[in-house]
Amino acid sequence: MDILVCIKQVPDTKDIRLDPETNTLAREGVESIMNPFDRHALEEAVSLKEEHGGTVTALSMGPPQAETVLREALACGADNGVLISDRAFAGADTWATSYTLARAVETLGGFDLILCGKQAIDGDTAQVGPGLACRLDLPYVTCVQKTREVTADSIQVERMMDDGYDILRLPLPALLTVVKDINEPRVPSLKGKMKAKKAKIEALTAADIGAEKQFIGLAGSPTQVVNVFSPPPRGNRTMFSGTIEEQVSQLVEQLQPYL
Amino acid sequence: MDYFLTEEQQMIVETARGITEEKIIPQRAELDEKNEFPTSILQDMAKADLFSIIVPEEFGGLGGGCLEIVLALEELARGCVGVATSFAASTLGIFPVLIAGSEELKERYLPDIAAGTKWAAFGLTESNAGSDASGIQTTAVLDGDEWVLNGTKQWITNGGEAKIYSIVALTDPSKGARGASIFVVEDGDPGFSYGKKENKMGIRSSATRELIMKDCRIPKNRLVGRRGTGFITVMKTLDVSRPGIAALGVGLGQAALDEAVPYAKQRVQFSRPIISFQAVLHILADMAIQIEAARAIVYAAARHIDSNPKNMSKASSMCKVFATDMAMKVTVDAVQVLGGYGYMKEYPVEKMMRDAKILQIYEGTNQIQRNVIGQELNKEYA
Ligand SMILES: Cc1cc2nc3c(=O)[nH]c(=O)nc-3n(C[C@H](O)[C@H](O)[C@H](O)COP(=O)(O)OP(=O)(O)OC[C@H]3O[C@@H](n4cnc5c(N)ncnc54)[C@H](O)[C@@H]3O)c2cc1C
Ligand SMILES: Cc1cc2nc3c(=O)[nH]c(=O)nc-3n(C[C@H](O)[C@H](O)[C@H](O)COP(=O)(O)OP(=O)(O)OC[C@H]3O[C@@H](n4cnc5c(N)ncnc54)[C@H](O)[C@@H]3O)c2cc1C
Repeated sequence: MDILVCIKQVPDTKDIRLDPETNTLAREGVESIMNPFDRHALEEAVSLKEEHGGTVTALSMGPPQAETVLREALACGADNGVLISDRAFAGADTWATSYTLARAVETLGGFDLILCGKQAIDGDTAQVGPGLACRLDLPYVTCVQKTREVTADSIQVERMMDDGYDILRLPLPALLTVVKDINEPRVPSLKGKMKAKKAKIEALTAADIGAEKQFIGLAGSPTQVVNVFSPPPRGNRTMFSGTIEEQVSQLVEQLQPYL
Repeated sequence: MDYFLTEEQQMIVETARGITEEKIIPQRAELDEKNEFPTSILQDMAKADLFSIIVPEEFGGLGGGCLEIVLALEELARGCVGVATSFAASTLGIFPVLIAGSEELKERYLPDIAAGTKWAAFGLTESNAGSDASGIQTTAVLDGDEWVLNGTKQWITNGGEAKIYSIVALTDPSKGARGASIFVVEDGDPGFSYGKKENKMGIRSSATRELIMKDCRIPKNRLVGRRGTGFITVMKTLDVSRPGIAALGVGLGQAALDEAVPYAKQRVQFSRPIISFQAVLHILADMAIQIEAARAIVYAAARHIDSNPKNMSKASSMCKVFATDMAMKVTVDAVQVLGGYGYMKEYPVEKMMRDAKILQIYEGTNQIQRNVIGQELNKEYA
């Protein structure tokens, strides 16, 4: 099975700050890391490869320094790293990002399975996975907490739900986005790191993947960020318990003073 | 301080640190409480290639030396000395094969050791032979194409968990120290079984167990090195492995300091953070001095050993004594800085203090190390 993993380089949210003047992310001095959900997607890909054979390719769209997360992916067991990088990609929203990733996937070709993180911890939209699947016209399942039976042309997965999980089977090729419960990512190995240090990371530009100007970067991004701000702290919350009847009467009691 | 590590050595530090932060720290309190062997963490270490560090490249390893293993152990001990001891004991257990084993034995064991799919252990101590290893009573008698071993080893780290055991036994009891040899006994060999598992003060996640050999039959080729050279190999083994125990002391001391300083900054008494009391600050300063001095002597000893000198015992013993006495003192001090909270299991320094004690005892007590250093001085000033 040949697997592609989409990996985003994100600022480490352990010390995320907003610039109070411009309301944009203060990126200076903030360490960049592999999006945590993508570490889980990568681990799943590598363990599927270990079990069923095949290859794992890590793909990232980003500035040249995003190469770091691809080397990290190689150290964790990916076979190839592909960076799509071009000034013209700057300012991409989820619409433009999924278009660009789709062009790259079509250029590279031949994947049985595409894995994404559920969401990126900076953008947090959780749209790129489904967006990519739609552009490639692939079946997809989000929030996968477990992969089960894999055959030559299908995969069975568990999708995390609020009240348990669904068991779904998809024909391959397909796309999955994964949650953190799916596995425990391994620590990059010593031999992997040594291999990764020497490895060549393939770099593709907009022209290499045949991406059209009007669909990429800022030009291809309909999203307008109007305002970014730290939300005010939430007020006190009360949780009711008991039977529905009891909870309703508790609610009514609480609302009484305002009626 | 900058110790001018190579890029490869830095990778070892980073990798071991990753294991400590992601795998060991989240589990250490529970493993300690439950006396539970850290099987899954050792498997994570195997996947990260840590077991391959000391194995030569031709057997699938990275071909590292004493300093490389020291760097890994220091980082692992920052997480838990119990877990780190299990890793260190496997290294100790395979050293005899690395130092004196035949090509055949190396080919049989080293690839699995490098892959981390099999762990090793070192069986020297017996109930009547601790510091005085020459008092061992386990015997090995050649019977046709097989050696037959009889005896009981006590307090063997990784007992029951390892698959490969280096066992020291008397092959010519009349020859005293010249009559001992080392054998590899495998888990599952006929007549080989495990006895009592100890309940310990510290390093509780490590397994310390009896090994019982009752007419244990093993093939002739499991003899490590030449017959009668057992104690020479034991001494060489301990010389190269002791800096690893010293490194556990450095990592543990560092972990204690890493708990104590932030605590002293945030704990307020008499309306001020306690770090503003000079009496507290000086404790922390002394801890930092001792830790750095220990690190320096351990790295220096490891580099000395890696240069393959004629005599390494003194350097090896000096770094072991200094770094492990330091770890004992520094962990006691860390508990003191945290006061009553430090005495509670909610804070990790309580465990660190319990874990520190063993470092002054195993792989040769610190009194025995001082004897070794003293004997060397005697020779040097002859
Ligand atoms: C605070 C904030 C400010 C923003 N500012 C702007 C702006 O100024 N202009 C603008 O146009 N857009 C802006 N965006 C949108 C931003 O660019 C998106 O974050 C981005 O397109 C990717 O979407 P996401 O981070 O939500 O990823 P998600 O959809 O949450 O990511 C899901 C998964 O998709 C994959 N993936 C996502 N991105 C990549 C990638 N680059 N390479 C490989 N795989 C990837 C990963 O597997 C990831 O786990 C902003 C968003 C926020 C929340
Ligand atoms: C948790 C644990 C794990 C261990 N793991 C292993 C293992 O994997 N493999 C293995 O073979 N062994 C192992 N040991 C055994 C360990 O190496 C011995 O405990 C150690 O060598 C000391 O021996 P002893 O305990 O019998 O003490 P003793 O030798 O009885 O010493 C008692 C005291 O007398 C002092 N003393 C003894 N002789 C002298 C002297 N000549 N001069 C000055 N002082 C002296 C000692 O320093 C000590 O303070 C382990 C022990 C423990 C507790």
